Amino acid sequence: MTFLRDTALVFAAQLRDNLRNPLWVIIGLMQPVLYLVLFGPLLENLGDEFGGGDDPWLVFTPGMLTMIALFGSAFVGFNMIVELRAGIIERQRVTPASRGALLLGRVGKDMVVLLVQASLLTVVAVLAFGLRPDPAGLVLALLLVALVAAGMSSASYALALRTRSEGSLASLLNTFSVPLLLLSGILLPMTLAPRWLETLATVNPLSHTVDAARALFAGDFGDSEVVVGSVVSIAVAVLLAVVGARTFRRENA
Amino acid sequence: MITARGLARTFQTRTGPVEAVRGVDIDVADGEIVGLLGPNGAGKTTTLRMLTTLITPTAGDATIAGHDLRLDPRGVRSGIGYVPQGGSTGDDGVVMDELILQARLFRLSKADARRSATELLGSLDLNGLDERTCKQLSGGQRRRVDIALGLVHRPGLVFLDEPTTGLDPQSRANLWDHIRDLRARGTTIVITTHYLDEADALCDRILVMDHGTVVAEGTPDELKRRISGDIITLDLDHADAGDAETVVRVAEKAVAVRSSIAEHGRIHLTVEHGDQSVIPLLRALDGAGVTPGALTVKRPSLDDVFLAITGRSLRDAEQHPDPARTDPAQTEPTEAGAAATSSPNH
Repeated sequence: MTFLRDTALVFAAQLRDNLRNPLWVIIGLMQPVLYLVLFGPLLENLGDEFGGGDDPWLVFTPGMLTMIALFGSAFVGFNMIVELRAGIIERQRVTPASRGALLLGRVGKDMVVLLVQASLLTVVAVLAFGLRPDPAGLVLALLLVALVAAGMSSASYALALRTRSEGSLASLLNTFSVPLLLLSGILLPMTLAPRWLETLATVNPLSHTVDAARALFAGDFGDSEVVVGSVVSIAVAVLLAVVGARTFRRENA
Repeated sequence: MITARGLARTFQTRTGPVEAVRGVDIDVADGEIVGLLGPNGAGKTTTLRMLTTLITPTAGDATIAGHDLRLDPRGVRSGIGYVPQGGSTGDDGVVMDELILQARLFRLSKADARRSATELLGSLDLNGLDERTCKQLSGGQRRRVDIALGLVHRPGLVFLDEPTTGLDPQSRANLWDHIRDLRARGTTIVITTHYLDEADALCDRILVMDHGTVVAEGTPDELKRRISGDIITLDLDHADAGDAETVVRVAEKAVAVRSSIAEHGRIHLTVEHGDQSVIPLLRALDGAGVTPGALTVKRPSLDDVFLAITGRSLRDAEQHPDPARTDPAQTEPTEAGAAATSSPNH
């Protein structure tokens, strides 16, 4: 009970800080909207090769949702470095609150921020490009990308606690996030890839999340990728949250 | 309130292990203000971070506020308040929000948290600043918010790490008053400082730390008396003053002189109790026909104490930290120091 209470307290405090400065949520949205507007239309002429039948947006929008989950959440570690410097983390670590709760409250905030951004992005795609996702599929796909956000922000916080420096964190994040992006089929589906690249992509858990989200958008609930992607996404999110919580419990962290 | 035995902490660094704290024993009674005094790098903050469960000791044991440091770190945390050296607020944090969050993480109800925060803002002269962000506060105000954050759950034991560093003299004196107030209300306080005057003004008892060990312990008066005695300075420029040798001879017969230093026209006598020595000394000098020009009695400062114990003045120690220096008398490991175990730090 106290664990949930502490998590809720940290979550509320973090969300309040975010609402006080909503600019960053807007800035975080800018890039995916640019992709949607300036890159998406290119795909309309690719036709069937791109997939999605008549509507390439059913393929492209879930990719963009995963991208904001990946990049938006990967960089939350920088906030933690600010909090570390200010002594806020230490101040909270000397309370009886569970250290796992201190982490999960923050991760919960990141999931909410992501859901707001993902919903706005979907609205833009619906209004501007005539995207028509399956309603139930859309909701499930949003939950999937929220899991990606949870995993990425846990990992980002863990790295922030370990490195304690903006410079190291930035180079680590770039090292990991670019291959994750390229091997996920977020921008173009991996069905376009040569055999070796497609094989490599299957090792990337994100590629399964994206495939599942695409199937859900299209309403193909029977697609095996829905099950595989969901299981993979849940497993990765739980694993990274546990790693993050353990890092938070370590001394000196 | 605190019983610690053989607390030690070794950090692994790229250049090899660094023994930041080498086995300290600390006892703090209820209602005391105890100071850890020493130069930067003496191990004060590391000691405090061990006592507040933020780092696990590599050796030693402690019971703090009724809880075992190793077996029940969360119990320890629930009974203490901690004000870290570098502050504990973000620029954009709103004073009242931060205080309420902190109190609630210590399990206070929302109403109790608000009540306690409001009272504290009043008693720390922060009235009307509830809705300010921390970056809008002055340095002294912000430091008092840090203190409020350490006190908002009304702990019986508070650790203050260099609470006045970086404050202007007025804010500093003001903060001292608040700390004394806190003690008057029954709170036990452990404070680290590298300011001698601060330790002198605030503390009931002082542990002098150097190179990771406690090198001396006592009330400020005891420390000064034990190590240096009082210093009586006689001015001998006067016509009837007599010569230094005569004065020392007469003085040694009249009072307990520990040592004497003669410089041109002046003599410094170190005596056991300066205040009780003046009259007998003057009577004896008068009987010997010596009339000194001027006489001053000075209590030695803690700076003299630090010099006597460590062979360096505190200011030198600050400027030339020398962690490599080892003094066998100071680094002998304690019995408890042998039982090094690491416990999970929940």
